Amino acid sequence: MFTRGLKRKCVGHEEDMEGALAGLKTVSSYSLQRQSLLDMSLVKLQLCHMLVEPNLCRSVLIANTVRQIQEEMTQDGTWRSVTPQEAGRAPLDRLVSTEILCRSAWEQEGARPAPGLGDGHVQGPVSDLCPVTSAQAPRHPQSGIWELDSPREDRGGFHKSLDQIFETLETKNPGCMEELFSDVDSPYYDLDTVLTGMVGGARPGPCEGLEGLAPATPGPSSSCKSDLGELDHVVEILVET
Amino acid sequence: ATAAGPERLGPWCSPTGSPAPLSCETGCGEGSWILVCRLLVPTQVSLLSMEEDIDTRKINNSFLRDHSYATEADIISTVEFNHTGELLATGDKGGRVVIFQREQESKNQIHRRGEYNVYSTFQSHEPEFDYLKSLEIEEKINKIRWLPQQNAAYFLLSTNDKTVKLWKVSERDKRPEGYNLKDEEGRLRDPATITTLRVPVLRPMDLMVEATPRRVFANAHTYHINSISVNSDYETYMSADDLRINLWNFEITNQSFNIVDIKPANMEELTEVITAAEFHPHHCNTFVYSSSKGTIRLCDMRASALCDRHTKFFEEPEDPSNRSFFSEIISSISDVKFSHSGRYIMTRDYLTVKVWDLNMENRPIETYQVHDYLRSKLCSLYENDCIFDKFECVWNGSDSVIMTGSYNNFFRMFDRNTKRDVTLEASRENSKPRAILKPRKVCVGGKRRKDEISVDSLDFSKKILHTAWHPSENIIAVAATNNLYIFQDKVN
Repeated sequence: MFTRGLKRKCVGHEEDMEGALAGLKTVSSYSLQRQSLLDMSLVKLQLCHMLVEPNLCRSVLIANTVRQIQEEMTQDGTWRSVTPQEAGRAPLDRLVSTEILCRSAWEQEGARPAPGLGDGHVQGPVSDLCPVTSAQAPRHPQSGIWELDSPREDRGGFHKSLDQIFETLETKNPGCMEELFSDVDSPYYDLDTVLTGMVGGARPGPCEGLEGLAPATPGPSSSCKSDLGELDHVVEILVET
Repeated sequence: ATAAGPERLGPWCSPTGSPAPLSCETGCGEGSWILVCRLLVPTQVSLLSMEEDIDTRKINNSFLRDHSYATEADIISTVEFNHTGELLATGDKGGRVVIFQREQESKNQIHRRGEYNVYSTFQSHEPEFDYLKSLEIEEKINKIRWLPQQNAAYFLLSTNDKTVKLWKVSERDKRPEGYNLKDEEGRLRDPATITTLRVPVLRPMDLMVEATPRRVFANAHTYHINSISVNSDYETYMSADDLRINLWNFEITNQSFNIVDIKPANMEELTEVITAAEFHPHHCNTFVYSSSKGTIRLCDMRASALCDRHTKFFEEPEDPSNRSFFSEIISSISDVKFSHSGRYIMTRDYLTVKVWDLNMENRPIETYQVHDYLRSKLCSLYENDCIFDKFECVWNGSDSVIMTGSYNNFFRMFDRNTKRDVTLEASRENSKPRAILKPRKVCVGGKRRKDEISVDSLDFSKKILHTAWHPSENIIAVAATNNLYIFQDKVN
């Protein structure tokens, strides 16, 4: 997949890529799975209300679960576990393997009292929902990745790794682009979206699917741009310029 | 504390004619269990006898091929022995109560000892309609609790979601004959034909068991009743719903005292409900109630009229490494039971049974894994709603063994002294009368041995939610859908 030149540059690079890809995969898988759990819970609650006399205990437990998911999704949008200094310090190292990545994040979090949702909170549902990552679950890879996936620090990390991808790809034909991301779920499938998301300082907010909850981060700037363009157009029509 | 599980403990037996020794006395845990009888609810019995002309007794004591007459109304929803173990009551989804009586010993049929036969059947609750809320009130019997016997009659409490009823079950084996104004069929006699007076006499008749509702305790619960518990003073009892607990006097039906109320002023703030409640077996001022957040509160009614402030609060700190979105749901306690000694309480949550010492609130003294292999399946179990199943748990008479149900018609016993446990199955296919039950094993991963069953093959529609243990002997009743299995320890 990579040129020999690149391999000679950095021996551990392939692992870095796999780590990053696995990281991307687990992050998006986790958020997708969590979203589906949320959707399922909301459906159950709605069904509850349609039944003759809902079981109050069951309704309360489902509602509490929904609340937990919402809280976590809200926090993830703004939660920074890595300080700026650490982010600047060789983020590439963190991508070497997801275990190291999450271990360092976990150790940081270990001392700090989490606001009700510690790293361990993230580990559980992933082991339930993502059989792919179950082997990594004891080491809380998802929590680590999730925390580093916050805009500022991780962008640096992602940016660097993506830079490396593009470096190598310049020497290759465009067809291998799909190969790189073939295993990664959308939206990362769409390189443009990813790039603009990274550069624009935004990524698809986790709370997009959530009713009644403002997205923690703005949507991809590309769609914002198009929206703005349309808005201008509409305004133009309205003022009849 | 999951032990490997004994393949078979040495079978122990009782001397003929006397109750079997309890496990603590012999040092064995579960002994060897044999199936005594499998009982069907009477509607099935009558259907079968009409179609096949089979003796009713034979139906109760033999094993039939699957007729699939079971309807949803026949699903057993509660099982309870009375205080002597002579009677066993079941309630079902159709609002019916069936009481079984133990077969009396007789020299001719010594092998029939320990079998239970139908004693009385009655319709306890009917479906109702709440016109104000436009809601149907289910007739399903949620709980039955016996009162201690004080005279020749038997008394029990049975409850559905809204109404508790006190039933009197009494025998009638004599009938008055020789009325003056009525003839033998009960028709009024023409007074002109009466020329002499006589005194009616009591003559023996075929035994008739009749059940009459003596009290109806209604309109005291806005939410669904999940527990009833008779107090040790035998004068009062409590009924608990999702948010409130009421104290009743048996003689007064139009009034009850509210002793616990956890309803928030704003229902949108509701995050916790009451799941079970029980009086202390000896101290009539003390009771416990469990919650959907995995906590138990012990209250003393002497402290205040409204026991919103607990005397003791039992909660185990959360294990952060096991935390998940399902943590709270699986920590919800589905049943709480005092030990016979009154010194311990046992709680059942989705995956474990825990024993608590009343003197230690910060954690249980024992934790037993019922089916930990389900931990990785919680998402699927949430999807199909099985994660909300409410399993009950029971103590044996000496508080040395605890029992609870699982899926695939499995039920588990844990010996608290030897720390051994066993998994048994209540099913028709695997049970012959008097044959020793074979311990079952669930294969968690890797190679499956010959007799093991893999987690993915478990039938989650076959769940053992309700079990009961005879108060002094090793006889257990296990309800599997519409079947009631009676097992006892092997007797020579």
